[in-house]
Amino acid sequence: MTAAPSSGHRGLVMDEPLLFEQDARGRTGVDLPEPEGRAPRLGGLERAGRIGLAGLSEPQAVRHFTRLSQKNYAIDSGLYPLGSCTMKHNPRLNEKAARTPGFAMAHPLQPPRTVQGCLELIGALAHWLATLTGMPGVAMSPAAGAHGELAGLMTIRAALTDRGDPRTTVLVPESAHGTNPATAALCGYGVEAVPANDRGRIDLGALGRALDGNVAALMLTNPNTCGLFEDEVIEAARLVHDAGAFFYADGANFNAIVGRVRPGDLGVDAMHINLHKTFSTPHGGGGPGGGPVALSEPLAPYAPLPRVVAEGGGWSLVERDGTGRSCGRLRSFHGQMGMFVRALAYTMSHGSDGLRQVAEDAVLNANYVMARLEGAYNAPFPGPCMHECLFDDETLRDTGVSTLDLAKAMIDEGFHPMTVYFPLVVHGAMLIEPTETESRQDLDLFCDAMLRLMERARSGDAAWFREAPRLAPWRRLDETTAARRPVLRWTPEAGRPVGNDRPD
Amino acid sequence: MMRYLPQTDADRRAMLEVIGAAGIDDLYVDVPRSARLEGPLDLPPHRGELEVERALEAMAAKNLHGGDAPFFIGCGAYRHHIPASVDALVQRGEFLTSYTPYQPEISQGTLQMLFEFQTMVAMLTGMDVANASMYDGASATAEAVLMANRVTRRDRAVLSGGLHPHYRETVETYARCGGFEVAGAALTIEGAEDPAARIDGRTSCVVVQTPDVMGRPHDLRGLADACHAAGALLVAVVTEVVSLGLVASPGEMGADIVACEGQSLGNPMSFGGPCLGLFATRGKHARQMPGRLAGETVDASGRRGYVLTLSTREQHIRREKATSNICTNAGLCALAFAIHLALLGEAGLTRLARLNHEAAQRTAERLEALDGVTVLNDSYFNEFTVRLARRADAVVEALADRGVLGGVPLSRFLPDDEAAADLMVVAATEMTTADEIEALAAGLGEALG
Amino acid sequence: MSDRLYSRDHEWVEVNGDIATVGISDHAQDQLGDVVFVELPETGRAVARNEQACVVESVKAASEVYAPVAGEVVEVNGALVDDPARVNADPHGEGWFVRLRIDEPGQLADLMDEQAYRAYLAELE
Repeated sequence: MTAAPSSGHRGLVMDEPLLFEQDARGRTGVDLPEPEGRAPRLGGLERAGRIGLAGLSEPQAVRHFTRLSQKNYAIDSGLYPLGSCTMKHNPRLNEKAARTPGFAMAHPLQPPRTVQGCLELIGALAHWLATLTGMPGVAMSPAAGAHGELAGLMTIRAALTDRGDPRTTVLVPESAHGTNPATAALCGYGVEAVPANDRGRIDLGALGRALDGNVAALMLTNPNTCGLFEDEVIEAARLVHDAGAFFYADGANFNAIVGRVRPGDLGVDAMHINLHKTFSTPHGGGGPGGGPVALSEPLAPYAPLPRVVAEGGGWSLVERDGTGRSCGRLRSFHGQMGMFVRALAYTMSHGSDGLRQVAEDAVLNANYVMARLEGAYNAPFPGPCMHECLFDDETLRDTGVSTLDLAKAMIDEGFHPMTVYFPLVVHGAMLIEPTETESRQDLDLFCDAMLRLMERARSGDAAWFREAPRLAPWRRLDETTAARRPVLRWTPEAGRPVGNDRPD
Repeated sequence: MMRYLPQTDADRRAMLEVIGAAGIDDLYVDVPRSARLEGPLDLPPHRGELEVERALEAMAAKNLHGGDAPFFIGCGAYRHHIPASVDALVQRGEFLTSYTPYQPEISQGTLQMLFEFQTMVAMLTGMDVANASMYDGASATAEAVLMANRVTRRDRAVLSGGLHPHYRETVETYARCGGFEVAGAALTIEGAEDPAARIDGRTSCVVVQTPDVMGRPHDLRGLADACHAAGALLVAVVTEVVSLGLVASPGEMGADIVACEGQSLGNPMSFGGPCLGLFATRGKHARQMPGRLAGETVDASGRRGYVLTLSTREQHIRREKATSNICTNAGLCALAFAIHLALLGEAGLTRLARLNHEAAQRTAERLEALDGVTVLNDSYFNEFTVRLARRADAVVEALADRGVLGGVPLSRFLPDDEAAADLMVVAATEMTTADEIEALAAGLGEALG
Repeated sequence: MSDRLYSRDHEWVEVNGDIATVGISDHAQDQLGDVVFVELPETGRAVARNEQACVVESVKAASEVYAPVAGEVVEVNGALVDDPARVNADPHGEGWFVRLRIDEPGQLADLMDEQAYRAYLAELE
């Protein structure tokens, strides 16, 4: 290796200091008029000292964030096969539509008759979601998938309380995403795990034994986190209902079945929809999300507030619940309007026919990857899979190469790695979700790289893997030190731990 | 053909052959027969970009909005100018279309930005640490109460009557499921409220908003002392983050947790969503925080870099014992906030705050001169409350008839509180022009005349 | 052979008079990986047998440490707060977690000696 250049830059990857290291007192990137100099009317509560913000001009700030952006992998730049995350193309029409001033500059507390277009849009998207899920009620306010999950469980809790039958436990399969048990706990329920059978699906016998008068709900992801359709789901729903409990479906993987299967037909009572997964709103480095929750007839009256209702040729916003049955308000305002505009632009673009094709191509692409990699990689459960395919680390056994090493080597191959070590039910899991927006050519390039790496791992090149990635802007980062001595912000005395054992 | 789907029918056939399936239906064999939809649902077919644009524009055209009307609405969402570079940078695909930075070697852009964001939020709020953001101000407030319950191992939250009613309702919703008590209070319209008097041995925290829902800033120092003496935490709520450019920070005044709405910087009002929840606390409580955290470290070659850290607090590891069920942060909103604040800097933010304050002063002075309008606030930042000679909801409707978005009638939040029926909260920002103020004054004169 | 006793949850106990020192086994620290944080109880707290007494965290996992016997917490290893790596470096020595004044010495009879624990680990493989 040659020495790194003294500038810290590497070709077009520019080393970029923190904002605070570029500060000059008094400099700003926004020209604002001179204040009049009035005496403040703050009741004597003026800020005393400096805040500490850095001063940059506009070109400096633009360059700073441009350089930062160039250190990110993104779906715009390449295949991003993170299983369970659905990194599909984000159409720019969505972005343009969300910025229409009529939507972007509307205030949530305007008189409802002045925001009929916003309410109509929410109503229109709710109609699409109700039709696609086959469920009559759609609560639009939750801010993200996890928030929708919370809304769904709160709705179930409100319904059970109303019926004088408060229950204590929520059943969650072992393979479930961590959000499910976390949500159940936040909602005040105890969590009981239900094992999987040897086909990677929920064990109906165990489910039947776990269902008693204390069970409020079963939370089941379908297709599940192993990428498999729960083929006994209708029977599971019947068992749940017979026990007087509700069936909560985690809709994270709705993108595999949209337009081909309606969850309402499977006996689902509540299901959140992650708008960024099925409906292409941008992931944005971690949000914002959008988590409408579809509800069955018995649960709909308990939906959170506010609600958008068609009334007398117009739309009204119901902010208060006359019946007292709603589980309540969950957030500051009415819903993720900016995400709704994007999601509706996407559903209208695809239409009923296109959405069905979305599901089919997502499933086709995943099965294609599974077919091409099987043999070199071990699939713990036989296909067909749904929108993602799962492998374990069986074929890496005794090579000295771990799933993590293989993932890091994928970075050097120019691909974002698949999801690793999830779901937990499989050893060294690799969960690959190509999505419907990848071409066959790109899938082939990805599969070729995966196959080359497995060959190399099996030829005894463990040391090479442990060094990966070599070609990425950064080498492996030391997460242990980050957690042992947390540095969670910049301070003028750099490196000082903040966030651990620091006295007041 | 559909523009977002790359596979041709020839591709599909060839791929099915590799898979060994006769048709796509073979891949859906695990779906029970009774649940298979045979054809498209009763929804419109696919449409081109132009048609979709026109349909959505037609909906948008039905709204009156802050870009085409004299505008004085606040109460948790504010109309501010967003510099052009903010949106240009937010729309860079590398930010827009990346995911949660699970692979730090190829996500340093997002991670360094979050580290800078956390630093700026901590600076603004006067706290030691901040997380990578939450959904919005109300849910951040509920999370702050949950965190105070964990830290103190107590189960009763005292809420100030000046807390935004939507925030109070959100905390109450979380409480119904979380098994803790919420001691709320009616809004004190005139005179001073004393939440300290309601602290007892079970109280985990006192939640107080400043400036409060009527726009009044509060000195929290005495309340902080009272909380700490009783073993409780002080949770400070701020719905207008720009105020922190001019008003003493909650940290300076002794708060233990700050929950704040950050929409005002970088983000459009967008009918109330997405918003940006800011969450900050003292260093000693960092491990009790909800949400994602970016932290500094080095890579294998010794180069400074950033990772998501203290993840064992979170749902994907701790499952039912996690500090919260939250997965995402409000990534793009946090990015927009960070860019706007980087552009402003210390000098820009303090000037922006001053311009907001002066705009509110000019508006208040003009309204005070009208018959039938009384400004109730002695002090305020960029919004204040007026008492009107008529019911405020009727006045707001009358203003809307004239194309003026005049303010928030408090009856919208408190329909049962007759004492609030004639109160309207009026906000002004750097965008408020003299013409707008005159339009509001003329409208009010007519509505009250 | 030491007098160290082990639980099925991979805690160890060493008894001196009525004081029991508790830590996690070498196998447990190896499974966890680099320990980054340890949460210790307050001294004076009474813990029941099999009640959670501490939490030990690595980057990607968090585990509860249960009291293998009931007792009152009389001392905690505060050095772990600043230097959790001791749990990895010396799990049976400097990496101890808490000392308990035990209520019922009879409970020790349910724990495994080193030989039995080794057999138990072999069974888990």
